[in-house]
Amino acid sequence: MALLEVRDLKTHFRTDDGIVKAVDGVSFSIEKGKTLGIVGESGCGKSVTCLTIMGLNASKGTTTTGEALFKGEDLLTMNSKRLREIRGNDIAMIFQDPMTSLNPVHKIGDQLGEAILLHRDVTKRQARARSTELLKAVGIPHAERRLDDFPHQFSGGMRQRVMIAMALVNDPDLLIADEPTTALDVTTQAQILNLMDRLQDEFGSAIIMITHDLGVVAEIADDIVVMYAAKVVEQAPVDDLFKQPRHPYTWGLLGSLPRLNTDVDRLVQIPGSPPSLLNPPRGCRFNPRCSYVFGRCKEEEPGLMPVTGAPEHLQACFLDDETKELENRKLQAGSYAGGAG
Amino acid sequence: MAASEELLVVEDLKKHFPITRGIIFQKQVASVKAVDGVSFTVNRGETLGVVGESGCGKSTMARCIMRLLDPTGGKIIFDGRDITKISQADMRPIRREMMMIFQDPYASLNPRKRVGFIVGEALEVNKMGTNAEIKRRVQELLDIVGLNPEHYNRFPHEFSGGQRQRIGVARALAVNPKLIVCDEPVSALDVSVQAQVLNLLKDLQDEFNLTYVFIAHDLNVVRHISNRVMVMYLGSVAESAGRDELYGEPKHPYTGALLSAVPVPDPELGRQRKRIVLEGDVPSPINPPSACRFHPRCPRFHEGVCDVTDPPLRDFGREHTAACHYPLEGWPLTEAQMRQRSGEPVAS
Amino acid sequence: MFRYLIRRLLWAGVLFIAVTVITYVIFFIIPADPARLAVGQRATPETVARARHFLGLDKPVPVQYMLFMKRLVLHHSLGRSFTNRQDVNKVILQAAPVTASLVFGGVILWMAIALPIGILSALRPRSLLDRTAMIFVLIGISAPVVWIGLILQYFIGYKLGWTPNAGYCDLLDTQGGCGGPVDWAYHLILPWTTFAILFAAIYVRMIRANVMDTMNEDYVRTARAKGAPESQVMRSHVLRNALLPVVTMLGMDIGIALGGAIFTEYVFGLPGLGRLAVSSIEGFDLPMIEGIVIFSTLCIIAFNVLVDVLYAWIDPRIRLS
Repeated sequence: MALLEVRDLKTHFRTDDGIVKAVDGVSFSIEKGKTLGIVGESGCGKSVTCLTIMGLNASKGTTTTGEALFKGEDLLTMNSKRLREIRGNDIAMIFQDPMTSLNPVHKIGDQLGEAILLHRDVTKRQARARSTELLKAVGIPHAERRLDDFPHQFSGGMRQRVMIAMALVNDPDLLIADEPTTALDVTTQAQILNLMDRLQDEFGSAIIMITHDLGVVAEIADDIVVMYAAKVVEQAPVDDLFKQPRHPYTWGLLGSLPRLNTDVDRLVQIPGSPPSLLNPPRGCRFNPRCSYVFGRCKEEEPGLMPVTGAPEHLQACFLDDETKELENRKLQAGSYAGGAG
Repeated sequence: MAASEELLVVEDLKKHFPITRGIIFQKQVASVKAVDGVSFTVNRGETLGVVGESGCGKSTMARCIMRLLDPTGGKIIFDGRDITKISQADMRPIRREMMMIFQDPYASLNPRKRVGFIVGEALEVNKMGTNAEIKRRVQELLDIVGLNPEHYNRFPHEFSGGQRQRIGVARALAVNPKLIVCDEPVSALDVSVQAQVLNLLKDLQDEFNLTYVFIAHDLNVVRHISNRVMVMYLGSVAESAGRDELYGEPKHPYTGALLSAVPVPDPELGRQRKRIVLEGDVPSPINPPSACRFHPRCPRFHEGVCDVTDPPLRDFGREHTAACHYPLEGWPLTEAQMRQRSGEPVAS
Repeated sequence: MFRYLIRRLLWAGVLFIAVTVITYVIFFIIPADPARLAVGQRATPETVARARHFLGLDKPVPVQYMLFMKRLVLHHSLGRSFTNRQDVNKVILQAAPVTASLVFGGVILWMAIALPIGILSALRPRSLLDRTAMIFVLIGISAPVVWIGLILQYFIGYKLGWTPNAGYCDLLDTQGGCGGPVDWAYHLILPWTTFAILFAAIYVRMIRANVMDTMNEDYVRTARAKGAPESQVMRSHVLRNALLPVVTMLGMDIGIALGGAIFTEYVFGLPGLGRLAVSSIEGFDLPMIEGIVIFSTLCIIAFNVLVDVLYAWIDPRIRLS
């Protein structure tokens, strides 16, 4: 049984301008000990998906449908007490900006202790010992002493380590990381990714990594979900996604990345901008920007369909297999020009 | 007289911010050496990429070049003229020739002004035409950067991030500058929008023979757009070379670490390579390490040399220079390989 | 921290001197003759001249100022009133406790109103409670203090007879008809309410805004993600941070109010600094005015420094930099 299975998740926010369909039919699953990368650009719904799973959306004006089965229990319908037992305990989450994600007026030791004491019946001294252990595990020097420091006395990279320590303190089965390295320098990012990799081996947790950086996800993920306009457009094991992408949006994403090892004169440009989630386009949401669009795309929404010969690889595009093969070959060779454009 | 090849020459630029202490009379006790001896040259029509992490001084350096900040030391020679110490009044006509594009598309446009005003302001200030001529020019510019000229009267909040950045580009182009300093122009944009803006910048450079100083922390982006690249660390230049040289045969260990740290969107390649992970955090420019700034984190650190003597600027030919006692002897290298080095510092 | 404190105190000293000088300058710019006012309309020019000499008003202004400062520093005395020759120190020290009673009681009342309403409004934005609270805020801020005082006085004091209309009873001293804590509080109920309404309104709005802002902070989301129950999130994370700025505002407002809550004291006949200030200005009583200015300046400065120190102590970001 999958550790977490999300089925047809929808999250709609009622706003003054109308209903924003921030997540509109997302399904995926993750196995124990694996890493799933959720990739997409801003506004695609990747963060909201995970906030919904954790129940961290503001409740007013929010409608959520679908299922999020964690070890068989539906997180979306369980009572809040049970959900609170799971949060920070079985499922932990870390966020993008370590500077603002820690309370500036509480000591680090207290904040770590809070995470422990909420879920374990131990004394303060035991909690402190455990906190020290975790700080050491994430590579913070003078761990015992640093427990009495405040967040502003740590650097950005250190703060993110503290967040990771806080998330792992109760040995969670699943760690959700929402853009954990976006706000960090590239060498610090390398340190953090390295750390997360090591800790995954040590603690055995599954990781959901949300990011817009395809490089990061290529390094760390086993499987990848690509989101666009509140829906999943492609889903595959990592090698398949990069070597055999099957959706024009994925081609566009991969083609628009400047590379260290190839030279292109112009980067692939996806024309236009992402659609409004108040009034998404009819049919396939990518159709206004797609160079391969034809009649059916504007009428019918493509569902996630498995690729022939690769049942783990799902994609949502009506284009025929031959064209996809052709375009992908161009992409891999570096001569992809965004399709008809 | 033929214009020289060199549009911008910077010699030993320094910018120190004083730190003061004192009860009644504030006395300077230390300084933040944000830029501490940076030298480089930019030729006409080329793009110099400047790469570095937070605290390296690249933004401060950009502002010094533009004289938005006054340098503490060194020389800035723009188009043959020494602009280091000239007054702000004398600087004004020169400002027409160097413009800047900023990082944050949401903060760099005045939200209370219409787009037409924002793009045309420099033209008005420099009295470059009648009102009608300016309006026409602004609409022309909006078209050039791929926006609808009809949107002349709209406000910034009516545009997306990528479009706002294009407005920033139009604003910079308005006065036909010779040099455009781009301070992280695509860092705040999504990947697909980033591609649009990068393509636009490249097209404009070809069309108008512009010269760019392109500052970014993303090595992939810098590689795509630059002819030459300069790597900065904590206020000084670690390495400087032509683009292919720098990425293909880096000499400074920091450059090597940076290149190694960049995640590549290729899972196979990612699995194969052994990433070099540096220890510790980027130090603060208030108290920089002694001698070589990079020595506390350097895999090639040699005690007694790197922390005592300033590393000499070595020339590797083809305008490739690096400031290191033990430059890298090959690439790619793993961390273990990096740590092996010959006992003696390489003779220049 | 220590350096910071010293610097604050030195600036306070500079401020203090500046305020006293300015008061002197303003006083002497106004075209009125305190000597004449002191001796009355019917006095002869000779009497006026003698009064002027007696009061020291015939000396040049800077000299008067220097004499004043000398007396203040050496004898800690603020001089004698122009109108009735009373010792200014004594008069002020008699009026101060009255103002203090009003202010401190008022503070407690306004915080007791503002905190729960502000917090609840923030937790339930746009609810009935919130909208009612905002209407109250609007009235509280717009309605002039005098009007509120008079309304309360009329309806509750006079018509309903629930509380006395005016007058002040000393907290401890039971001479002269009324005294003791019960009388004291009883007489102050209406003044406290009048004084508190405006501030309560302002603070409800501020607290509501602060709490709403803090609830959107990332670290609150982190606390929830850890599985903390809402009560703990509120107590430990939201309120602790949201109410920090309130400490600063409170300190400053108390400092200012201690200089005299003029309107409230006037309406309710409380012999505090506010009423004293009004009568001194009407009577062009320079020593008294100067005395009140100095006293209230001292209060404001003291409270500001206190607030700065308190804030620096509570907020570890400042304390440990």
